[in-house]
Amino acid sequence: MKLLAFLTLALLASLAVATCFGETALSAAQYAQAFAQAASAPAEILWTLRLPRACAAALVGAELGLAGAVMQGLLRNPLADPGVLGVSAFAALGAAAVIAAGLAGAPGAVELAAMAGALGAGAVVALLAARLREPETLILFGVALSALGGAATALVFNLSPSPITTSQVMNWLLGSAAGRGWGDIAAAAVPSLIGVALAAYAARGLAMLTLGEETAALSGLPMARLRAAAVAGAALLTGAAVAMVGVVGFVGLAAPHLVRGSVSDDPARTLAPSALAGAILLVLADLAGRMIPTSEELKLGVVTALFGAPLFALLAWRAARSWRT
Amino acid sequence: MTPALELQGAGVALGHRTVLSAVSLAAHAGEVLGVVGANGAGKTTLLRAALGLAKLAAGTARLGGRDVHRLSEIERAGLAGYLPQERRTAWNMPAWRIAALGAPHRPPAEAHALALAALEDMGVGALAERGVRDMSGGERAKVLIARLVVTGAPLLVADEPAAGLDPSAALKVMEALKARARAGAAVVATLHDLTLAARDCDRLAVMSGGRLLALGPSLEALSPAILAEAFGLDGEWVVTPTGPVLAARRLSQG
Repeated sequence: MKLLAFLTLALLASLAVATCFGETALSAAQYAQAFAQAASAPAEILWTLRLPRACAAALVGAELGLAGAVMQGLLRNPLADPGVLGVSAFAALGAAAVIAAGLAGAPGAVELAAMAGALGAGAVVALLAARLREPETLILFGVALSALGGAATALVFNLSPSPITTSQVMNWLLGSAAGRGWGDIAAAAVPSLIGVALAAYAARGLAMLTLGEETAALSGLPMARLRAAAVAGAALLTGAAVAMVGVVGFVGLAAPHLVRGSVSDDPARTLAPSALAGAILLVLADLAGRMIPTSEELKLGVVTALFGAPLFALLAWRAARSWRT
Repeated sequence: MTPALELQGAGVALGHRTVLSAVSLAAHAGEVLGVVGANGAGKTTLLRAALGLAKLAAGTARLGGRDVHRLSEIERAGLAGYLPQERRTAWNMPAWRIAALGAPHRPPAEAHALALAALEDMGVGALAERGVRDMSGGERAKVLIARLVVTGAPLLVADEPAAGLDPSAALKVMEALKARARAGAAVVATLHDLTLAARDCDRLAVMSGGRLLALGPSLEALSPAILAEAFGLDGEWVVTPTGPVLAARRLSQG
């Protein structure tokens, strides 16, 4: 409980910082104006641009952190992430196909296509997960599915009519929370809530899986259903995240590692703190992308990879001892 | 009385290879049934077939008198608890949490209390908060036995519960299993240490090449002829004040 309270406070603090700071520096008087006059320019910047953007980043980070914790528990593998089963690859494919078809202008088309891609791949994996006991087999299927999704996306690039389309797709795939508003957050609420419910339902199965498949099979828990729920939940969360901001790596991998030690390695108790840690990470990553002075704003996926990779290597080094069998 | 576990003419095939054939045996409440045999004799397959984890190519497997393949997951867990040979745990969870996984349907506080009591019984109560991957093999084995006991199932099935343990730890594990049998459970355990098996099991099933070679009171099941056929051993039992001891040497042609 202490951990959850601490992470919640840290998330609120990071949201406050992300709302207060940005490309446009405001004076003390302007901050006061933002609070006093709803129609002023500073109010517009703070409440219509920065706050919803920071909240969108937080939501996506929470989705990815939770999905990562679910996948690591299900596959009993600290290297698993939301993309390991091919869900991200198919979400990206859906979005890329719609953009290349010139339908990016239609409101919600890209988001729906990304969600449909994620759900299609997620449904295949969930069916397999209910039947296959061994995580290794599931990982291999995921690798194949990821490769297929990646190849199909490459095909979209290959066949795309103009370099402009290609750059549009690329731009989207790199991931950004820029311009995301309350409407996008509301649209993601339903799949996210269902994803959270499925993850919560699967939690006791994840804890049991620490003892291996055969012990879990005789534990009295409905393991086939719990495994399918875990995959479906992770797919929904990942799909919603990709639909909102594009493909963002490392958060889903790193967030569970940041909190695991504080919940004595229990995969069921890793879930909620991982979601909060993921939210904090992504709010800060989005802030960094906005604040680092470059000619173009840094893409979210680029920032998480640039900061995430070395941080993750450091974590892996420190955690290596407990991974040994 | 309905046996806790019953195999009738059970056969299991892996691809085209038969790994268990025509095995019939039963385990009853209050007894420890040991399953012995050389490596690859089909001991683990026998346990897995009885628990419904391996598909039967022939015969039937019953738990508490009911076809194991017709039981729901909850019903099966109510009839049998299983400790596989694999003692690896994926995460470094504290011992009490691992032991409490034996009772996933109980309220958390109750499962916690059961886990602590079982760990205490196994002599690892002081390690309740320690991560199982920070433990020695023997300590971890005791924690996993505690989880098996926490299931409270009327049939406890343990695959090699004493493998890799020092003599004292192995005796402790067998004592715990015998205590469950005295309390009314049926216990089925595969063992490699024949002296341990002969002393601590009420009956022994001797496996060889996927077949049940002998079944009965320990020293009868492990007669010199059976020792020769199942293990390639030229052996005899020496009765000492503390129990029988196997004196054996390898048969030269084995």
